[in-house]
Amino acid sequence: MKQKRRLNLVLSYIMLVLIALVCIYPALWIILSSFKVGDSLYSETLIPTQLTLEHYKDLFRSQSDKDLPYLQWYWNTLKIAVTSMVLGTLLQVLTAYAMSRFRFKGRQTMMSVILILGMFPGFMSMIAVYVILLQMNLLNSPWALILVYTSGAALGMFVAKGFFDTIPRALEESALLDGASHSQIFRLIILPLSTPIMTYIAITTFTAAWVDFIFARLILRSRENWTLAVGLYELVSSYSSTEFTLFAAGSVLVALPITLLYMFLQRFLVHGLTAGATKG
Amino acid sequence: MNKAIADHNRAAGMGNAGIAALLSAIFMGLGQMYNRQWAKGIIFLLAELVSLYLIVTSLAYNLWGLITLGEQPAHMEKIGRLYRNVPGDHSIFMMIYGLVALLYIGLLVCFYIANIKDAYRIGKRRERGEKVNTFRETWRLLGNQGFPYVLLTLPAIGVLVFTILPIIFMVLMAFTNYSAPDHIPPKSLVDWVGLRTFTNLVTLEAWSHTFVGVFTWTIIWAVVATVTTYFGGILVALLIEQRGIKFKGFWRTLFILPYAIPQFISLLVMRNLLNYQFGPVNQYLRLMGFGGVPWLNDPFWAKVTVIMVNMWIGIPVSMILVLGVLTAIPRDLYEAAEVDGATGFQKFRNITMPFVLFQTAPILIMQFAGNINNFNVIFLLTNGLPANGDYAYAGSTDLLVTWLYKLTLDNQRYNFASAIGIIIFIIIAAFSLYNYRRSRSFKEEDMIQ
Repeated sequence: MKQKRRLNLVLSYIMLVLIALVCIYPALWIILSSFKVGDSLYSETLIPTQLTLEHYKDLFRSQSDKDLPYLQWYWNTLKIAVTSMVLGTLLQVLTAYAMSRFRFKGRQTMMSVILILGMFPGFMSMIAVYVILLQMNLLNSPWALILVYTSGAALGMFVAKGFFDTIPRALEESALLDGASHSQIFRLIILPLSTPIMTYIAITTFTAAWVDFIFARLILRSRENWTLAVGLYELVSSYSSTEFTLFAAGSVLVALPITLLYMFLQRFLVHGLTAGATKG
Repeated sequence: MNKAIADHNRAAGMGNAGIAALLSAIFMGLGQMYNRQWAKGIIFLLAELVSLYLIVTSLAYNLWGLITLGEQPAHMEKIGRLYRNVPGDHSIFMMIYGLVALLYIGLLVCFYIANIKDAYRIGKRRERGEKVNTFRETWRLLGNQGFPYVLLTLPAIGVLVFTILPIIFMVLMAFTNYSAPDHIPPKSLVDWVGLRTFTNLVTLEAWSHTFVGVFTWTIIWAVVATVTTYFGGILVALLIEQRGIKFKGFWRTLFILPYAIPQFISLLVMRNLLNYQFGPVNQYLRLMGFGGVPWLNDPFWAKVTVIMVNMWIGIPVSMILVLGVLTAIPRDLYEAAEVDGATGFQKFRNITMPFVLFQTAPILIMQFAGNINNFNVIFLLTNGLPANGDYAYAGSTDLLVTWLYKLTLDNQRYNFASAIGIIIFIIIAAFSLYNYRRSRSFKEEDMIQ
């Protein structure tokens, strides 16, 4: 019995180590590749024999033979992601708060509408969005992308609404009795209580904008306006294996902030994930 | 005094309410003025004047455009001695403007009805001899009771312009012949064709073949992708939570890594990793004496590859969810089972599995729906390739969504793309609605407190 148990444990550890290897390998490989000398995909050994920082430097240098304004892309992405985060979080929190705390005419209808709209794949209406932006003369502008990201923010309000539902209503009722106005209640009571959910929404909207590829490719037409997702995709598909190490360095710099953020806040994000999922 | 007026009016056969409502029905705001709510009345009056102006100057034309989709394409015309290109009607812009006009008129009708109701209500109040609110009082009341509406205005406008309007537009497009090469404005016009796009999708050989093929693969993919990540997640979670395993937190953190890396990065990396000629995976396989595997180049292997890569990406999420459920299972259940002499497998089958399944069933359904629309994995990893000669504008691993994307962006077959979008929506909506009705929180949301 005891022996069987030990065998079981050893097997389990082997499994765990194998899974760990599979999890880490792609990340490790891309990091090592970014320090590799040369520019090809092919490598004799896993750990490069010579390490170099050249590719990282290349990213921030303007080169005559290829058009890769990496720094510009990074800056564009950062700008778009931060602005969408601020505006999107605001809209989503306002919507969730209104839906959770007030009982007004048309509320049930609105909730059903939000639910149904959430089921449409966002890019199903891509062409229509494209035409509308064309008419507003916003095509190829980062603001168009921000507008698209934030305008739909209200549709993702169910997680936040679930959170607001759990704040005791007695808090507001007593404040109302003391003569507080609705906006005071929101600013002084609800907002301080909702930092966790605000952080959650902020992080998710930020990453969504940071990694979005579909709309960015549709809306941003000229090279210098691209975001990182579009730029790196282009790098991989047009230069393919000839500029691989450059792509590797670029990817590491894109992935690093998000990955670190997620690893540090994992407990927190996981909570939001489960809360949103089980409460529906 | 008021009472005297009210009595007088009633004697005349018509109450304040009736007259006010009638006046408001004739022209917005008149009833309000009759009720002596001057400011409100003037605002309503101006609203109708502006609307009338808009209808006469542009909205009527826009509605005409929505119905006809234009009559004159761009053409050459002889002006003086030269032929010049004269811009014609742009059907698609006309459709959008027509929709906006329709939305505006719809809102106007709602507002009009509300205006009549309001006049009637205030009139009734006057009949009862009650005091009528001054403008300032109305304003304050609006700020108080209307607070949720104030909060919702901005989000609602955003959703209306960038979600609802585009969706209606997309749906309408499925019923037109808006498609390359013959019906692309401004060169030529677009017409309403009813259900022809849908029937073409099913009856035209090239399209129906592609549609059936892509649809089948989408369903297979969604089922396999969901099942593999879900059960993979359960297995990994159980592995970590086993008695006797040390450093549980360490393993958990390690296994979350694929979830933390942005998807588009990991997918593009995988694409290189699995490169047939130079990718390290094939390099190792060759070193070990196996030939290289055409991970992304062979129709069958490409399908296997997307499912495996999807497991790499999706298992961490399921693992996290299952780990949460596992800690919530009461320990004494297992202890009782052990007293009864249950084996490890029996405990898993009869205690763990039912618990996990029950708790995560809604997520399972949502993941299935999400996988039907899993654009990123397919598009960034294989781009739908390898090419399939039998398919119209689709490759072997294309899902309905990536096919839709290619049809719009690369091939301008907008009508087919929207028809497919509608079909996807119906599938997704069916699953989501089923799921939604099952979850209690919507029905019982007020019972939490």
